[in-house]
Amino acid sequence: MTSPLFETIGLTKAYPGVVANDDVSFAIRPGEIHALLGENGAGKSTLVKTIYGLVKPDAGEMLFKGTVYAPSEPRAARAAGVAMVFQHFSLFEALSVAENIALGMENPPKPRDLAARITEVSAQYGLPLDPDRLVGDLSAGERQRVEIIRCLLQDPKLLIMDEPTSVLTPQEVEILFHTLRKLRDEGTAILYISHKLDEIRALCDEATILRLGKVVATCTPREVSAAEMAELMVGKSLSRPARDAGAPGEVLLHVGGLSVTPASPFGTPLRHIGFEVRAGEVLGIGGVAGNGQDELLAALSGETRVPPRTILLSDTPVGAMGPNKRRALGLLCAPEERLGHAAAPDMTLTENAVLTARVRQQLDRHGFVDWGSTRDYAAKIIERFDVRTPGTEVAARALSGGNLQKFVIGREVLQNPKVLVVNQPTWGVDASAAAAIRQALLDLATGGAAVIVISQDLDELLEISDRFCALNEGRLSAPRPARGLSMEEVGLMLGGAHDMHEAQPEAAE
Amino acid sequence: MIRLEKRPTPSRAWNIGAPILAVVLTMIAGGVMFALLGQDPVEAIRVIFWDPLFHERFAAFSRPQLLVKAGPLILIAIGLALGFRAGIWNIGAEGQYIMGALFGAAFGLALYPSESPLIFPAMVIAGALGGWAWAMIPAILKTRFRTNEILVSLLLVYVAEAILASAATGWLRNPEGMGFPGSRDLARHPGTDNPEVIAGTGMHWGVITAFIAVIAAYVLLNRHVLGYQIKLAGQAPRAARFAGVNPGRLVILCLGISGVLAGMAGLFEVSGPAGQITIDFNVGYGFTAIIVAFLGRLHPIGILLAGLLMALTYIGGELAQLMLGVPASAIQAFQGMLLFFLLALDVLANYRIKRAREVVA
Amino acid sequence: MIVDPISLMVALIVVSTPLLLAAIGELVVEKSGVLNLGVEGMMIIGAVTGYIAAVETGSVTLAFVAGMIGGLLLSSIFAVLTQLLLSNQVATGLALTLFGLGLSALLGVGYGGTPMPPVRDIFPQVMQDIPVIGPILFGHSAMIYLAVLLVAAVWYVLTHTRAGLVLRAVGESHEAAHALGYKVIRIRMLAILFGGACAGLSGAFLSVARVQNWIDGMTAGAGWIALALVVFASWKPWRLLIGAYLFGGIAALQLRLQAAEIGVPVALLDASPYLITILVLAVISSDKSRLAMNAPAALGKVFHASS
Repeated sequence: MTSPLFETIGLTKAYPGVVANDDVSFAIRPGEIHALLGENGAGKSTLVKTIYGLVKPDAGEMLFKGTVYAPSEPRAARAAGVAMVFQHFSLFEALSVAENIALGMENPPKPRDLAARITEVSAQYGLPLDPDRLVGDLSAGERQRVEIIRCLLQDPKLLIMDEPTSVLTPQEVEILFHTLRKLRDEGTAILYISHKLDEIRALCDEATILRLGKVVATCTPREVSAAEMAELMVGKSLSRPARDAGAPGEVLLHVGGLSVTPASPFGTPLRHIGFEVRAGEVLGIGGVAGNGQDELLAALSGETRVPPRTILLSDTPVGAMGPNKRRALGLLCAPEERLGHAAAPDMTLTENAVLTARVRQQLDRHGFVDWGSTRDYAAKIIERFDVRTPGTEVAARALSGGNLQKFVIGREVLQNPKVLVVNQPTWGVDASAAAAIRQALLDLATGGAAVIVISQDLDELLEISDRFCALNEGRLSAPRPARGLSMEEVGLMLGGAHDMHEAQPEAAE
Repeated sequence: MIRLEKRPTPSRAWNIGAPILAVVLTMIAGGVMFALLGQDPVEAIRVIFWDPLFHERFAAFSRPQLLVKAGPLILIAIGLALGFRAGIWNIGAEGQYIMGALFGAAFGLALYPSESPLIFPAMVIAGALGGWAWAMIPAILKTRFRTNEILVSLLLVYVAEAILASAATGWLRNPEGMGFPGSRDLARHPGTDNPEVIAGTGMHWGVITAFIAVIAAYVLLNRHVLGYQIKLAGQAPRAARFAGVNPGRLVILCLGISGVLAGMAGLFEVSGPAGQITIDFNVGYGFTAIIVAFLGRLHPIGILLAGLLMALTYIGGELAQLMLGVPASAIQAFQGMLLFFLLALDVLANYRIKRAREVVA
Repeated sequence: MIVDPISLMVALIVVSTPLLLAAIGELVVEKSGVLNLGVEGMMIIGAVTGYIAAVETGSVTLAFVAGMIGGLLLSSIFAVLTQLLLSNQVATGLALTLFGLGLSALLGVGYGGTPMPPVRDIFPQVMQDIPVIGPILFGHSAMIYLAVLLVAAVWYVLTHTRAGLVLRAVGESHEAAHALGYKVIRIRMLAILFGGACAGLSGAFLSVARVQNWIDGMTAGAGWIALALVVFASWKPWRLLIGAYLFGGIAALQLRLQAAEIGVPVALLDASPYLITILVLAVISSDKSRLAMNAPAALGKVFHASS
C-alpha cells in the first residue's frame, strides 16, 4: 500500500446559512482514480474549489506528497501539480484553442511551440484538437478536450475532473475513460466528481461519498452495488416516478421543416426539425447541451418567430405568433436557465408568477395587473409544488435551485397546458425535487397534455419518456419508443442522426 | 479584509436610507470643497440648502423658483427613469428638450401675432412632437441597426445645439430685435405664454404637467402590465422576451415617452421662465435630470423629492454665487458628487458588508 | 481653391490626436470588459490640470504629466465605484462626466487666456521645409508621434504578449478568468486607470498644444466621439487610427468651409462631425457578425466573485 499523494484533514468551510464542508477528510494515492460522489449541494464543488485554491477553508488542512499544502490561488495549485477540468466557466469562446490553453498554464511556451505541443499531446491521448480554432466554434465534447489538454500539458500529479461526462455522448464517455485509465497507469492520481453511479463503478478505484457537507462513507465502488451507493448519497431511498400509461390521443403539436439561423455568433442552427406529440404522451429529446436545445425551445416558446405552418398546435399554425398568443392557445414552455430566463432573479415570486401566467390565469384587467390574484396564484404554486420559501414576497434568487425549479415548473403545470415543453427540468436540482418534478410532468401527461422534455440526462429521459429522439448539431433524429432502448442505441442516436433521411423525407437537404 | 455578500432580497431600508445618507455625505464633502476654495464651509452649506427657503430677504424670491426649476427636472427625469428601468439609456434629453422648445416656439411664432387661446395648447403638442421626433432618431437606429443609443442620443445634443444657435441668430430671430440674437418674447405675448397658474408659487403649466407625470408613472410602474414589462426588460432581458415583451417596441416606447416629456419641458421653459429662444436658454436640465432620476432611485416619488432637492441646489448655487462669490460651476461638481455618493452607497441595498476572517494558510 | 490640402492634412493630424489618445485608452478599458462613459469628464479634467500646470510651471512636459495624473485620479473614482462597490457602469460613467465638467470649470476659474509656453516641434526646420510631406510628416510636436506609437504599442501588447492575452480573457469572460485564478478586479482597475491617464493626456493636448487656452467645456463632445471611435474600430487599435483621422479630417474641413463661407448653413457644418459619427456608427453596428466577434463579451457586466 503506497502512502497517499494527497489528503484532506478535517476541512471545514461555512457560508452564511449553510456549512458546505464539515470536517471532510479523505486521501488519494498516486495512480488512483478516486470518486467524489454526492448530490447537488452536497459540498463537492466547494471541496474541489478548496483543493484548487479558489476557496480558503475555515478550518482543517491539506497534505500533498506528505507536506502541508495550502494554495492561496489556482496558480499556486497548478505550480504544485494540481490541475482541474471545470464543469463550466473556464473557457473563452472568442479566443483560440491555443490561447485558451496558454491562459491555463504558468509558463506557456512560444505560440508556435505550444501549437505543436497541443497537436502532439492531443494525438497521444486520442483527443484530436486544432490549436487555431476558436473555442466558440467547438462542440461541448471538444471544449472539454481543450480543458483536458490544458491540464495534461502541465504534467499534473493530481487531476480533478468535475462532472466531466455531463456534456458527452456515451461513446465519447468511453473515449474519455480510456484516456483517464491511461493517465492512471502513468501514475497520475485523478479525483473524479460525479453523481452518476454506473460511471463510478466502471472507472473508479475508491469513492468518498458526501452528503450535506459531510463524508458519510468511503468505499470501493466495484464492491458495492449502485443501489447501496445511491442510498448513501441521498440518505433515503427514492420512489421512482410512476404513472399509468394510457393510449396516446390525438396529435396536439406538429413540427415540420423547422429551420432557424442562430441569433448569437456561437449559436447552433436548427436544421429541418420535425416531430409530433400526442395527447397523453411524453416525448424525450436527448442530446448534449449546445446542440440546439436552447434554439429549439426558443422556437417553440415564440421567442424566435418561424414560418407559421412549421409549428401546428392542434392544426392552428402558431409559428409566427409571440409567446403570449401561444400561451393563450395552450403551448407553454419552461426554459433551462432559471435565473434570468424562466424567472427574473430580483423580482419576487408574485412578480415572477405574472411573468408567464398573465394570459391564461387572467391576472390582468384592462392592462392593469391584479396583484391580489397574482399573489394567490403564486401561493397556490408554492403550496401545490412544495416550494420551500418564507413567502410569496421573496426574490427569486433567494430560493435554492431545486425550489425555484419547482416554482417554475409549477407555474406552467398549474396553467393546464395542452402542450408543455421543458428544457433540462432537473439540472442542478437535488434528488427529491427532481423526483417531484418528474412526477408532476408524468401526471400532466396522464391528464391528457402532451409533454416534451429536453434533457441531457439520458437516464431521466428513458425513465419518463414514451418516445425518445436525439438532437445533434441542430438535427433531430426520428423518435423511437423509449422502452427497450439500450444505452448503445441511444449513444448512436446522439452521435449522429443516422436515420434522419428515412424519417424526414420532406426534409431532404 | 472587507467582503461583499449579496443579500437574498434587496434591503428596503437601505433603498430609502442610501439617498439620505448620500445627501449628508455630499454636504460634508462639499463643505470640504468649499473650504478648499477659501469659503466657510458651514456658511456655504447654509446658503445652498437653507437660505433659498428661509432667508429673510431672498426667500420670497427664491421659494417660487424651487418649483420653476424642479418642474422641468422632474418632468424629464420621469421619462428618463422609465427608459433606465428598461435598460434603455437615453442620455440626450438635453437635445430633446432643445428640439421641443424649438418646435413649440416655432409653431407659436408662426401664428404671431394671433392671441388665440388654442395656440398655447397646440404649442405644447408641437413641443412634445419635437422632443419625440428627436428621440426617435436613436430609437430607430437602435431597433433597425442596433446602434448604441447612449452615443447617438448624446451626440444629437450637439446637433440640437447647432440648430438652436442657427434658430436664435437666424430663422427665429426677433425681426424687431434690432439684430440681437434671440426670438420674440413668448412669455410676454398673450396666447404663447406659459403663466403662473397660482401667483407667487412658481407653479406654471409645466410644473402641473410634471406632477401629473409623477402620478402617471407611479401607476404605470406599479399597476400596469407595461410598467411590469419595463422593469422586467431592465432586470432580465431574456426573461422579458420569454414573457412576450417585444424589445424593439419597448425601445421605441421608452425613448418616445422620454422624448415627449423632455420636449414638453423645453416648451414650458421657453414659453415661461426663459421667455424666449436664445442661444443658451437651455441650462443643462436634460443632464441634471439624469442625476435626479438616479437620486430618486428611478422611482416616481423619489424623483419628485430628488427634483425638489436638485432645484434647491440650483437656487442655492445661485445664491452662493451672489453672496459668497462661489463660481457657478461649483454646484455642478456638487451635483456630480451627490451622484457618486449615491452610487457608492447603493451597494448597501444589494450587498451586506462582511468583515471576512483572514484565514491563516 | 477654398481649402489648402496640405494645411488641411496638418490640421487633421492635430485635430485627431486628442481623439486618438482618448480612444486608445478607452479601447483598453473596454477590452478588459469595462464600459467607462466618463471619457468626456476625464478629458476635460486633463485639459484643465494640464493647462494649470503649463501656466504654473512653464513646462509643456509637466503639463502633459499633470493632465495624465488628473485623468487618472478621476478614473480612480470610477474604478473604485464600479469594481469595488459594484456600481452600474453606465450610471457611474455618466456621473464621472458630469462631475468632471463641473470640477474642471471650478478648477479653471481665472486661468483662461493666460499665455502659454510654446510647444516645440521635434524635427529640424530643414525636414519640415520639404514640400508637401515636410509639414505633414515632420511638422508636429512630439505628442502627435507619441500618440501613434501608443496605438502601435497597445496593438502589440494586446495581440503579442501574455499581459494582453490575459486582459482580453478578462474582458471575454470574467468567470472563466476568475476560475483560472486571474485577479479580475485588479486587472480591470489597472485598465481603467490606464484609460483615465490616456483621456487626461488627450485633454492636456487639447488645451496645452492645440487650443493653447482654457475654455469651459472645451472638449465639446470629443470624449463621446472617442467612445464612438472604439465601436467604429470594432475594438481594433489600427482601425482607431483610420477612424480618428477620418473624424479629425471632417472637423478640420468643416472649420475651413465655414471660414470660406461657401453657402452651406453654419449649423450643418457645426453639426457635421456629430452627424457623420452617428451615420458611421449606424453603418458599423448594422453589420452583425463582425461586431459580435470583436466586442468583449463581458463588456459592462458587473463582476462579483461569489467564492
